[in-house]
Amino acid sequence: MLLYCKGFFIFVRCNIFRMIKRRVVPWIGFLAIFLLLPLEGLALSENETHELPEEEDFQPGEFIMKHIGDAYEWHILTYKDFHLSVPLPVVLYSKYSGFHVFMSSRFNHGHDSYKGFLISHEEPHEGKLVEVLNDGTVVKPLDLSITKNVLAVFISVILLLWLFIAVARKYERTRGKAPAGFQNMIETVILFIRDDVARPSIGERHYERFMPYLLTLFFFILANNLMGLIPIFPFGANVTGNIAVTGILAFFTLMFTIFSGNRYYWKEIFNAPGVPWWLKIPIPMMPVIEILGMLTKPLVLMVRLFANITAGHIIALGFFSLIFIFGNMNPSMGWAVSPLTVVFTIFMGALEILVAFIQAYVFTLLSALYFGMATAEHH
Amino acid sequence: MELINPGTGLVFWMLVSFGILLLLLGKFAWKPILRALKEREDTINEALENAERTREEMARIRADQEEIIRHTKLEREGILREAREIKNQILMEARDKAGEEAEKLMKEARLTIENQKNRVLQDIEEQITRLSVEIAEKVLRQNLENKEKQKELIRSLIKDVKMN
Repeated sequence: MLLYCKGFFIFVRCNIFRMIKRRVVPWIGFLAIFLLLPLEGLALSENETHELPEEEDFQPGEFIMKHIGDAYEWHILTYKDFHLSVPLPVVLYSKYSGFHVFMSSRFNHGHDSYKGFLISHEEPHEGKLVEVLNDGTVVKPLDLSITKNVLAVFISVILLLWLFIAVARKYERTRGKAPAGFQNMIETVILFIRDDVARPSIGERHYERFMPYLLTLFFFILANNLMGLIPIFPFGANVTGNIAVTGILAFFTLMFTIFSGNRYYWKEIFNAPGVPWWLKIPIPMMPVIEILGMLTKPLVLMVRLFANITAGHIIALGFFSLIFIFGNMNPSMGWAVSPLTVVFTIFMGALEILVAFIQAYVFTLLSALYFGMATAEHH
Repeated sequence: MELINPGTGLVFWMLVSFGILLLLLGKFAWKPILRALKEREDTINEALENAERTREEMARIRADQEEIIRHTKLEREGILREAREIKNQILMEARDKAGEEAEKLMKEARLTIENQKNRVLQDIEEQITRLSVEIAEKVLRQNLENKEKQKELIRSLIKDVKMN
């Protein structure tokens, strides 16, 4: 498994190099736009190094949580009193004051309130938007804001659409010919999903039905995992390390499983064969257990992806925080520790790339297995 | 814990955008891509099958060819043998005919010779007879005194002639 992933990784890397070589001009332009953005404020090579503690002690826990959590603005860098961040639209509906749309810059990075709305700094709604009513009570409105993660999801969706529709058009254009370039790289992955994930898990008869979902799932997770590792503006959001995102993905898998389940699948759940009758009647113990099993499968999918990606980010950021923890004690110690930290962070980055592929693969494979169970025709 | 507390906005937008992504990619990307892949695989399979079939066909044609060649060879041999037989027969016939002809010629020649001989013999006999008569005349004319002697002489002469 590990060897396979390694080979796959090397293969992908080779292809990426070839692709970059072939399309070097648009890529430079593309990168330049995003490189210029953080440079606007200050020439700092790493966008994470801005958290230099001036007024208070460096809090690694807070720092990490801020980076892996969601936010109403897309923070790029802070230097002393200068904040560079992209404001994002806030969309909310309040039972008391109705529908509101405004930019998150109104909150002045969480310091101000606007029209009675503010970002809570206390439990139980810490970090979320709340409405303070005239009498002082705090209520949570229906919050449909385009947060950092939502924007990151939009970006990944646009990127995926652009990428794969381009690939599909290439297929139409070069009908019956051998694949080339980026198309070839994508084809390898598509064939891998089809021949090594869908076919053996679901079976020849039904696998074609699930291919669009499995491919979308795999590439969505992979793209967001990889984008989460790039620490500059339009990327770097912890999308697949967010429980809402993984929860929705798992929910889709559950829905596909439920709606494609055949009568054997449902019989297995409500009237499992080979089980003594007194486990089903009068107390339906087995059905309850089976339904719980049906629900835990996507739940596990949700938690696995969320935990793996979040843990990776936490560890990488933790290593990074070492610089500032030591730097807080003594600036020269911070400098001394930084090379080692950089080595650790690079190592974690490499590991995270591996994890990005593995987790996308595992989520897809397990979804395919569940579909296989739902459509199996046995007994 | 903010981490395990899903934001409603994110849930909503994720549901919408992933759903849209699924629909659009399914319709505009995966469908043509998977179809193209399947088509290409089918084409390759077909080409391979065709190649296999062609190979079999070739083998069959070659076998046919060999069979035809073998057949032709046999036929040629048969024709040659027949020709040889006919030749021999013709030769034999010719020889026989020639023999017969020769025989016939010989017979004719012999007959001619016999005839000639007979004629010559007749001629000779006639000559002899004529000569004898002439001799006898001469003898008669010359001396008839010694009749007895003369007779004897004539007899002996005739005897000689006859003997010859």
